[in-house]
Parts: sequence; structure tokens; C-alpha cells
Amino acid sequence: MKHVLDFEKPVIELREKITELKRLTEESEMDLSEEIVTLEQRLEKLETDVYDQMEPWDRVQMARHPERPTTLDYIDYLFTNFLELHGDRLYGDDEAIVSGIAKFHGKPVTVIGHQRGKDTKENIRRNFGMPHPEGYRKALRLMKQADKFKRPVITFIDTKGAYPGRAAEERGQSEAIARNLVEMAGLTVPVICVVIGEGGSGGALGLGIGDRIFMLENSTYSVISPEGAAALLWKDSNLAQRAAETMKITAKDLKELQVIDEVIPEIRGGAHRDVKQQALNIEKVITAALDELNQKNEDDLLEERFEKYKIIGDYTSLDI
Amino acid sequence: MLRDFFSKKKRYASIPSQEAKQDVPEGLMQKCPSCQKIFYRKELIRNMNVCPHCDHHHKMSAFERIEQLFDENSFEEWDKDMISSNPLQFPDYEEKMENDRLKSGLNEAVVTGKASLEGMEAAVAIMDARFRMGSMGSVVGEKITNAVENARKANIPFIIFTASGGARMQEGVLSLMQMGKTSVALQRLNRSGGLFISVMTHPTTGGVSASFASVGDYNFAEPGALIGFAGRRIIEQTIREKLPDDFQTAEFLLQHGQLDKVVHRHEMKETLSTVLSIHKEGGEQG
Ligand SMILES: [Zn+2]
Repeated sequence: MKHVLDFEKPVIELREKITELKRLTEESEMDLSEEIVTLEQRLEKLETDVYDQMEPWDRVQMARHPERPTTLDYIDYLFTNFLELHGDRLYGDDEAIVSGIAKFHGKPVTVIGHQRGKDTKENIRRNFGMPHPEGYRKALRLMKQADKFKRPVITFIDTKGAYPGRAAEERGQSEAIARNLVEMAGLTVPVICVVIGEGGSGGALGLGIGDRIFMLENSTYSVISPEGAAALLWKDSNLAQRAAETMKITAKDLKELQVIDEVIPEIRGGAHRDVKQQALNIEKVITAALDELNQKNEDDLLEERFEKYKIIGDYTSLDI
Repeated sequence: MLRDFFSKKKRYASIPSQEAKQDVPEGLMQKCPSCQKIFYRKELIRNMNVCPHCDHHHKMSAFERIEQLFDENSFEEWDKDMISSNPLQFPDYEEKMENDRLKSGLNEAVVTGKASLEGMEAAVAIMDARFRMGSMGSVVGEKITNAVENARKANIPFIIFTASGGARMQEGVLSLMQMGKTSVALQRLNRSGGLFISVMTHPTTGGVSASFASVGDYNFAEPGALIGFAGRRIIEQTIREKLPDDFQTAEFLLQHGQLDKVVHRHEMKETLSTVLSIHKEGGEQG
């Protein structure tokens, strides 16, 4: 375990201790099996305590875990015949977004997702998963293609946000995101969006309009990062932990706010513990969603998509 | 952001701003933040809130705009009493809104309704930056969505004047999702062949810039308006370079192909009328 998050330190330390005792048992003639059994029971309880009651801030850390599986990791397990397709045909190829065609259970789909790097070198290439306009326009190009050839679109959301840069503004970052929102709303094929890590603001939403929105248990989705919110609202970025609670950014919060359809359970201790098993959890919900959505005709699909978004938000009347 | 741009100019102004401020009687006189000149407020209002000396487009309230643009008494307001329910139970949010209600006389950051422009009916939404900096929360999203839907049902065009600092932080992810909600409604209008005109005024940034403001069939903007996705300071911190003074102005956007036209406030009515009349001739609209 290379990266240990603060809140899970006791678990990791106890686990290491058990490993050490096991090694001692093997190497020396000492019989420590009783202690090991006791410690393993304690570990089980500790894991339950630590991982089953994670605070919003713990989940923020988990969503940002350096080993957290990315779009390409899940593509490996979920699809066959994935063929990555590049470029927006207008300016360039933005590697902060990966996209392509593939098969899901033997049926054609279009797959699009934000793509972070796993190390510094890859992160520089992929701009830390923060897209420029050409990324959104590449995504749109492939969505239109999916629409033409009548195959569902599956997107993976995992970005701190769209890149705040000079060139991004010059090439129309706002328009690129705005265009995707409107065009995704009009796709006549099923669209499924899965938040797998951080869902940061408009940059996340730019791949996020669909018929079903799912979130991994330890992913977050928010209008601004907790640090940004704390700085903006309370002029103190150290209050990020409090902002993470106040802003309601966890999967459970979003389910309660009726913004997402379902929370996808995570492996205890985080998706990175077992990518294959995690992919199976994702596969289950995508399968069920596609089974349902594939039966709908275009008009119903669009009508229900409209109704889905129409109810988001909460307001009252002055005279109540 | 744009203020940085003006404060730079300030150094060359002949009147020291601090003293000038004290000399200006509240209400009667007004100082232009751009050229620093002082003139009667009456003069400014007569000139559609455009500085008579330097052409700077001063901020305008939603109802001032409605009065200047649309046919007399043609405006019928929709969803007038809709207010935020503070869905996240955000501390101090309700007090802040109450203050803004008193200050601006508005219940929220957008006014919507039906109006006529030279006899041509349209559904209109006018944002007002005096209420929570024009930020978009559930109410702004719902009112705009309703206005778009009303336009579609009545087969009339939809016109919006944007003025917004972006998403309403106090409504968290619900405010983000209003970008989606309004976009889905606009897509519906689009599929029915409806006309959508977006006029961006100062400022139009963040989530509003990155949703409906940027996807009109026609995208116009007022001169000098600040329009952009990310904030100037964040960009400067990220790329570690100083941005040019005109960065993210309407003129900058026009130069980079993001706008159809920068329209002077004095020509706004005529421009909108031209578009509406061309569409009226075209067939289904109107
Ligand atoms: Zn002036």
C-alpha cells in the first residue's frame, strides 16, 4: 500500500502488524496464532468502523486517491474491442478525455471519459484530467456518431474541472461545455453517466447529461471543490473539511437531492483495492440501465430525460 | 476582473477618485468608473445608462432594461413570487437573500415573462446582477426553464439577457444541475424549431457562461462586458502569466469567434427587431 490516507492509518498499521506476526510465526518456532486471531478480529471491527462511516472529507480523499482506478482501467474490464478514437477535427486531440467505440456484452457502444494520469509524466500529457475545449468537442463528435449509428453512450466522469487557462478561454471553453449540455440532451440513444472519482463543476457536467447518472460510493460531485468553496464563502481554504460537509457532495447526498439515480457500492477501503470486483459492480448497474433504456423509443427517451432534469432543484413561493 | 482593467486606467484620470467620491451627492450625480468623469444621473439614464463621455455601458437593472427594450406595458411577468427554499440549509443564506430582496426590489436574480418588441411577441428572461451577483440557483434555473417551455408552447422566440457571476454556491450541486436543466429545455425548444437569442451583458461568467448564455442561435454581447468560463485570477495563478487587459471582454470574444456581434446598447432594440422580423418572415416563428 503506497498511499495511506490519514483516516485509514489505524487500519493499515494493524494490518501491517498482523503481517509481521505471521512472518514471525513462519520464521521462528513461536506460536503466535492466538494473538493473530485476536488481532484479525480487531482488524475486522476496525475496518468496519473506519470504512463504513466515512466522513465527507474522507471520501474526498478517497476520490482523489492516487491509485484510484481511472476511465481506462474500467474500460479494460467492462468492454471488449475498445478502439480509441482521437481528435475533434477542429483543433487537436485532448488527452484529458479518452473516447472510442467498443462492445458491452457483445453490443456496440460509444465510451467517453475524463482521463487522469497515474504518474507525473502521464498527468502532464493528460493535463491532470482537466480538458480544453477540444476535449469536449472530441466527445461531442463521438456522441453525434453514436447517435447516427444508434449505439448507446456511456461516459465516465473524473475531473477536478475544465482547465482554467488562457488558450482554453480563447478557444471557447464556455461554449464547448454549453454545447455538450444541449447536444447530450438531444441524443436519441440511451446515455449513461458514471461518476468514478471527482466530479468537478461544469467540466464534469460537460460529459454528464444523461438518462441515468450513477456515482461510485466514494466519488464526489460538486459545483466547486471544498477548498474553493471555503476560500470563496469563508475566505479560508483551511475550512475545506467543513465545506465538504456543508456543500453536500457525496454520492449519498446527491441521491438524497435526487440528482443521481443510484449509488454504486465500493469495495471496502476504496475501488483501488480490487478494480476487477469494482468493475463488476459497475457492470451490473449499466446492464440493468441499458436493458431498461433500450426498450424505449426516441420520443419517450427524450421526454423522460426532460422530466428527469425538470424536477432538479428546490424552491418555494414568497406568499407561503 | 474588469475592475482591474479599469483601475489601471484610473492612474491617468484627472480626478483623484477618493476626493471625487466625497464631492458627489448621492443619487443626483454619478461618476463613471471607466473615465472617472462626473455627470448628472438623469443624463446617464437618458442615455440608456451609457456614459455620455466614454461610452462605458453601466449596469442596468432588469426592469430598466424591460422598460427600454419592449413595447410600453407589454410585459407580463411569470413566476414572480418564486424564491429559494435554501435546500442545503446553508448558514446565513436566507438573510443574504432577504437583504438583496430589499436592496434590489427583486425576489430573485432573473425576471421572466412575455413581452412585445415592436409588436413581435417573445418570451424573455432578464438577469439582474444586483441579486446575489446574478448567480444561478434553483429559482433562476426553474424560471428560465419555464420561460423556455412557454416560448416553445406558444411558438414564440426566447430572448435572454444574461448577467451572472455563475453558480449559486449556497445551493451546491443543485445550482450546477440548473445548467443541465436549462440546457435540456433549450434542446426541446431547438427541436421544435424555436428561436433563441442570447445577449450577454456584464458580467456573464462561470456556469451561466458555460450553459445557456453561449448557445443562442444568435449570441450577442454588450460592449466591454466581461464574459468567460474561469476567473481571471485563477487563470493567472494556473498559467503563471499576466493576461492582457482586454482578456474575456466582449471584444476579445468577438475576435476569437465566440460571438455573432457586439451590439451597442443604443442599437440593441433595432438589432433584436431585425432578427425577430427576419424569423417572422421565415415561416413558423412569430
Ligand atoms: Zn465614462
